[in-house]
Amino acid sequence: MNPSATDPDTVTATMPQAAVPLFRFARLLRHQAFPIAPEQVTTFIKSVGLLGPRSMEDIREAALATLAPTPDRREAFDRLFRLHFFGETPIVEEVEDDEGALARDQGEERNRHTRTLRQEEGGSLSSAAEQLAMRRFDEASPSGDLLQFRRALPSSLPIRRSFRTVGTPSHGQVDLRRALRMIVRADGDVPQLPLRWRQPVMRKVLILIDVSGSMKLYTTDYLRIAHAVVQSVPRAEIFTFGTRLTRITRVLRIRDRERALARAAEKVVDWDGGTRIGPTLLAFLRVPRFAAFARGAVTIILSDALERGDYTEMEAAVRRLSAKSFRLSLCTPLAGDPRFQPKTAALCAIRPVLDDLVDGSSVKRLTDFVLSLGRPPPASTGAIRRQTHSGKR
Amino acid sequence: MTAEARQEAVDRFGASPEAIASRLAEVRYMADDSLATAVFLALRLGKPLLLEGAPGVGKTEAAKAVSDVLGRALVRLQCYEGIDTAHALYEWNYQRQLLAIRQAGEREVDIYDDRFLIDRPLLQVLKAPDEKVLLVDEIDRSDYEFEALLLEFLSDFQVSIPERGTIRACAQPVVILTSNRTRDLAEALRRRCVYHWIAYPEPEREAAIIMLRAGDVARATARAVASAVRVIRARPLAKPPGIAEAVEWANAATILEKSGSPWPEAFRRSIGVLIKDDEDLSYISPEIVDIVGEALD
Repeated sequence: MNPSATDPDTVTATMPQAAVPLFRFARLLRHQAFPIAPEQVTTFIKSVGLLGPRSMEDIREAALATLAPTPDRREAFDRLFRLHFFGETPIVEEVEDDEGALARDQGEERNRHTRTLRQEEGGSLSSAAEQLAMRRFDEASPSGDLLQFRRALPSSLPIRRSFRTVGTPSHGQVDLRRALRMIVRADGDVPQLPLRWRQPVMRKVLILIDVSGSMKLYTTDYLRIAHAVVQSVPRAEIFTFGTRLTRITRVLRIRDRERALARAAEKVVDWDGGTRIGPTLLAFLRVPRFAAFARGAVTIILSDALERGDYTEMEAAVRRLSAKSFRLSLCTPLAGDPRFQPKTAALCAIRPVLDDLVDGSSVKRLTDFVLSLGRPPPASTGAIRRQTHSGKR
Repeated sequence: MTAEARQEAVDRFGASPEAIASRLAEVRYMADDSLATAVFLALRLGKPLLLEGAPGVGKTEAAKAVSDVLGRALVRLQCYEGIDTAHALYEWNYQRQLLAIRQAGEREVDIYDDRFLIDRPLLQVLKAPDEKVLLVDEIDRSDYEFEALLLEFLSDFQVSIPERGTIRACAQPVVILTSNRTRDLAEALRRRCVYHWIAYPEPEREAAIIMLRAGDVARATARAVASAVRVIRARPLAKPPGIAEAVEWANAATILEKSGSPWPEAFRRSIGVLIKDDEDLSYISPEIVDIVGEALD
């Protein structure tokens, strides 16, 4: 392996000769976006020493145990290992592609201000793959004020117990500190034990809205619901994705709905364009700040999940999203059709990791579903719940 | 056992990955090479061992086997949503504290004395690291806050109690964590551990495990079960059968066969111990006779 230009010679020069390839391997992994801490590298080198090493297999196993690649990236890890230690020809890594997408998305984040000025002549910015478009929301369209939904929402989201304890008049653990202070004050007696308990808090809500062309009919309704969610729940995050990823939480905080939606329409530039669900969701997961929104959250993807071409990236993204989320639901308008069967290859692939696959074809269905999130998901994972819905109505 | 003898037990147990594999086999746990390597490294480096894998691949069993071989008691901390310091670390026995204050009257009493401290699993292990193995089971079920709480314990093997100061372990305790990977663990936690992903075993090894664990199952039956289960796991099931289910299936089929069912039929009738999900059952049952028939050949 050639030392790259950034590789400081001083570092490798002070090392025992045998440790250098191991050190370089760790660097190579880091370049491919494997999260590897310096501490892990020293452990890796130490454990190779402990094992002998008697064969390459020892080095590989030490690497697996100490550098700890996640199971979904094992294949890429093995490939890099062979490339580094056996000099196999490199195969193009998808990661690089993702990072490109990420860089694009981050770049967009930064350039947002300049872009809002330039987007009037949107065509000049669009590439062949992307079709950027503006969206004007028809103000006269039937709104349905969603007031009931907004009122009911805070009490119907799943809750968890917060880690911090607060005082409570009943049903709690004894608050020893305050009790002791009271004893001192009351001269050795406690008239009533002060109690503390862990208060229940609402889980975060993360809504990812597909704004591609195939979802054209529904995005307005979805944004209205998203606005209602942001308005009534303290910790909600809304993103749109089509060919790009856009965070619209902040504009949806504007109380006046029409104004908020108009601002959102300005902010999102890939209305009704193509679909790149996998890459955009991966880009979402690659920004740690965004990915943290998904941790322990109720994640709702509003999309038809119709990915063009290869769906492996989408599968990986949904899988990782599901691992982070408390509950992952896919609401697809296609399920509004009574003949709908989740039979596309992409849907079959992601179904096992979904907690819910539900009908998102109307505001009523969708809000009813969101309000039911506080109840546990159906027993068998990935079960389609359309049957029960249509059975009731 | 003296301290030296104990150290010697660790040394003897952990001379090489192969030695570990053979010692684990003595306590009826079949470890593959990379698991043995991971255990070896964890013991030698003095780091916790993080085992991840699908449910039913023997993560908890591995921890039990390691504690058996080391001759140490296993302290198990089962994680769940909402677990906190009072369940994992320590708790003050406040009733006794209040009583002590009453009894003391005018005298001064140290209410943060050892006798008022209730040890929970982490503290128990910290106080007797040579006698205990800590198993933090299904850590993915706990909250993120609890994971953060574990960090101090896992990196320095110490616990801070505000009223008492920091309690440090006098020796490196052996710690094993397991996770079903229902959610991602924090990078900080993964980084501190030696990591091993337990996959479903190869058919030959699974057959050996079935022979070892099941009561009296013929070799041919164990082989057939192992290869049939492998085929079934490749199908898109909601809950692919684990090793424990495979062992039960072999047992159940043998019992049915002894009471008069012919072979493929015995497997088909006992499918309920292997697959415990209604949708999966209706998916797999039409094919089950073919799968088993192929495996029996």
